[in-house]
Amino acid sequence: MLNRRQLLLICGAWAAAGFPLGGLVGSAQAGPRDAKKRLAELTGGVKPQKGRISITLPKVTDQGRFVPIRISVDSPMNEQDYVRAIHVVAERNPTPEVASFHLSPANGKAQVSTRIRLLKTQVVVVAAEMSDGSVYLGKGRSKITGGAGGCG
Amino acid sequence: MNERVHVKVPRTAKQGEVIRVMTKLNHPMESGWRRRQDGEIVPKDLIGEFSCEFGGAEVFKAEFDSGTSGNPYLSFFVRVNNSGRFRFIWSGQNGERYYKEAEIEVI
Repeated sequence: MLNRRQLLLICGAWAAAGFPLGGLVGSAQAGPRDAKKRLAELTGGVKPQKGRISITLPKVTDQGRFVPIRISVDSPMNEQDYVRAIHVVAERNPTPEVASFHLSPANGKAQVSTRIRLLKTQVVVVAAEMSDGSVYLGKGRSKITGGAGGCG
Repeated sequence: MNERVHVKVPRTAKQGEVIRVMTKLNHPMESGWRRRQDGEIVPKDLIGEFSCEFGGAEVFKAEFDSGTSGNPYLSFFVRVNNSGRFRFIWSGQNGERYYKEAEIEVI
């Protein structure tokens, strides 16, 4: 396990060796169209509706590699009406897929928190599949300052 | 190895209570976007799937892709009706698996 001092040393050595810290960014970037296509694949082409999803993202962050995101869907989560799946797509990452979560009535509350990578300022699209087959769409935006951020 | 997996589950709960479960796995989650100094792409090395079982039945599943940060952290909610055992399984794309168990008592 590295301690803080060793980590700083390594980072310093990296910078001194002329490593481009922004070298993380791949050349091919996905666009909103790819993201849309991917979402349609994930949700089976159902026409999405707006609302019911609230996304919490930091407005501005300089750590694009660890962006905390909290997604909560307004749903009673009982046997008749629950959220079946939540899909997260980042439009302008080299590959738009972020994560999918599969929920069941046993969850009791449709809320998930995780951390995602955002290589630049962009819109994060979240789709929630309900048990009755309908799909809801929500969007969140986060501004990324300082490249891909940090060591490695 | 034991320190790779971190799980936080309350020790006790009331019947029917919705509890919060927090999990983290220490893993680089190489996205396949990054290049080394010599220009070669670092190959993908992801934890593709996470699942949480309670009392033998799967209650939550997540699929991670390149957009998930390294050391994937996840928090979600589970309703507990009886005492039981949580089982958390992370499966990697290269066949590695990590397990952790936690018990909860309904009072």
